[in-house]
Amino acid sequence: MTTLTEAPAPVEERAPDRKPRRNWTPWVLLLPGLLWLTVFFLVPILTSVSASVQTGDYDDGFKLTWHWANYHDAIADFGPQYYHSLVYSLLTTIVCLALAYPVAYFIAFKGGRWKTLLMALVIVPSFTSFLIRTIAWKTILADNGTVVHTLNSLHLLKITTALGWTVGNHVLASPAAVVCGMVYNFLPFTILPLYTSLEKIDPRLHEAGADLYCSAFTTWRRITLPLSMPGVIGGTLLTFIPAVGDYINAQLLGNPNTTVVGQRIEDLFLRQTNGYPVGSAMSVVMMVGTLVIVMTYIWRAGTEDLL
Amino acid sequence: MATQTISTAPAPGGGAQLKVRRRSPLAWARQHVLLVVTFLVFVFMLLPNAVILWMSFNSPEGKFNYTWNKFSLDAWKNPCSNSTMCHSIGLSLEIGVVATIIATILGTMIAFAMVRHRFKARSGINALLFLPMAAPEVVMGATLAALFFNTIGPGGMGFWTITIAHVMFCISYVVVTVKSRLAGMDPTLERAAQDLYATPAQTFMKVTLPLVAPGIGAAALLAFAISIDDYIITVFTAGNSETFPMYIFGSVQRAYPAQIDVIGSLMLLGTMAVIAVSQVLNQMRAARKK
Repeated sequence: MTTLTEAPAPVEERAPDRKPRRNWTPWVLLLPGLLWLTVFFLVPILTSVSASVQTGDYDDGFKLTWHWANYHDAIADFGPQYYHSLVYSLLTTIVCLALAYPVAYFIAFKGGRWKTLLMALVIVPSFTSFLIRTIAWKTILADNGTVVHTLNSLHLLKITTALGWTVGNHVLASPAAVVCGMVYNFLPFTILPLYTSLEKIDPRLHEAGADLYCSAFTTWRRITLPLSMPGVIGGTLLTFIPAVGDYINAQLLGNPNTTVVGQRIEDLFLRQTNGYPVGSAMSVVMMVGTLVIVMTYIWRAGTEDLL
Repeated sequence: MATQTISTAPAPGGGAQLKVRRRSPLAWARQHVLLVVTFLVFVFMLLPNAVILWMSFNSPEGKFNYTWNKFSLDAWKNPCSNSTMCHSIGLSLEIGVVATIIATILGTMIAFAMVRHRFKARSGINALLFLPMAAPEVVMGATLAALFFNTIGPGGMGFWTITIAHVMFCISYVVVTVKSRLAGMDPTLERAAQDLYATPAQTFMKVTLPLVAPGIGAAALLAFAISIDDYIITVFTAGNSETFPMYIFGSVQRAYPAQIDVIGSLMLLGTMAVIAVSQVLNQMRAARKK
């Protein structure tokens, strides 16, 4: 633990006699943490890949039988769940970005001395358990609440019901409520990285744009937006990744027709007897699916940056 | 034309331009729209907390504290009238403290190794640290549940399996937080200490540690906040134990007492008090230095 202080990286050549000792220090520091991550993160993930092709039951144990039909069960039986997970998380990411950009922009460039306070207001709500805050939406969106009354008097509820976003005269227990809850839960994750990258932009660049006869919109499109792209990519990823796996909002604010993959996995693992191989197969499908989407997105965003 | 375009530019610096901006209704409207949107989003983000505070003073008609009935201080007077809830809070706090201590120590060690040392396999280690932050929680929970089922069986699951899981997903956040503090530190300070004949141990205890301490503190707070609020991974690793988030989730099916809203309000008011006190202390310290 102590030797690390005498060896900041750049001065390696100053004390060649200590080199062997120095080479072991990082591994002593790394080992406990990495071992923990390997045993309780990496190994379980790999185990579940094996579990996904097992058959058996809890009494006699599960055996590796390369039962690929588990994947058929995991995909064919739960089509709507994959569809819901994907659509809700994509919608959430888009709505979050649309709401977070103006907010982050406002705080970064017009916040002035209120910047810190406004950013604190973004974070402070998260100190109350997210479950209690999500359940509070049951009160806000209740049938006898202001939101439903307003929507009803504006005849908007009929339109949203016709579109399938809401159900009957309720907002609760509908796809709209699920997406609303998800947007609410993940919005700070979009605002924070966006704010960080917008805050770094020199406001004088805006003046330079204006001096060169750019309209405000062109200044934004040609200067601000490209410079804030790291924040856009970071924010959308930080929103999309947890949103795909989230099933709390679907469970608390949805109905039996809005179930997502997570709910089924939980169900298969914790409540159904012998659901463990198919549940593992669903986890693998979900993990690979998320990875493919995220990698494609990063790759596309990366090439666009180069162009 | 020129004044118009200048006035529509976002965030011009000086006061002179502010006057120009007022003259153009288009620019004013644009600024106004941004303000209105920001205000509405803040209402959206803060509304649930207001509702929680409001509903904590409710005396619910039925089992579920979802609709306003009448004002009452009952829930605030006996927050622990429901002993199951307070037990679950106790368990969550215990797990949070133990998981935070382990994750902070392990994560800080990794952060020191990553910033201060050159070694091979760096990118592989970075990937291993990044993956737990990127993997869907339900996948981590389900796979960990499978591991525990196979090794110790459902009966052995409880406090320690939850704690193990929480340490696992907190380590990466600790590493990221401590690393950023370490990377921003001036290395010449440590060299100066050694030039003044400080032993490595003295240098670490008197120079390095005090400088990194805020980062470690922030990392520990973050780990604690993540641990205490986690539901998905916890439910997979809990066995028969019940943490506070699990209690809340179960309450939606059983009965939702106003006491939950009291705890929710206390969590918010408590953090706001801590932030306010630390702000005042900081200002006092700054004033004393002057």
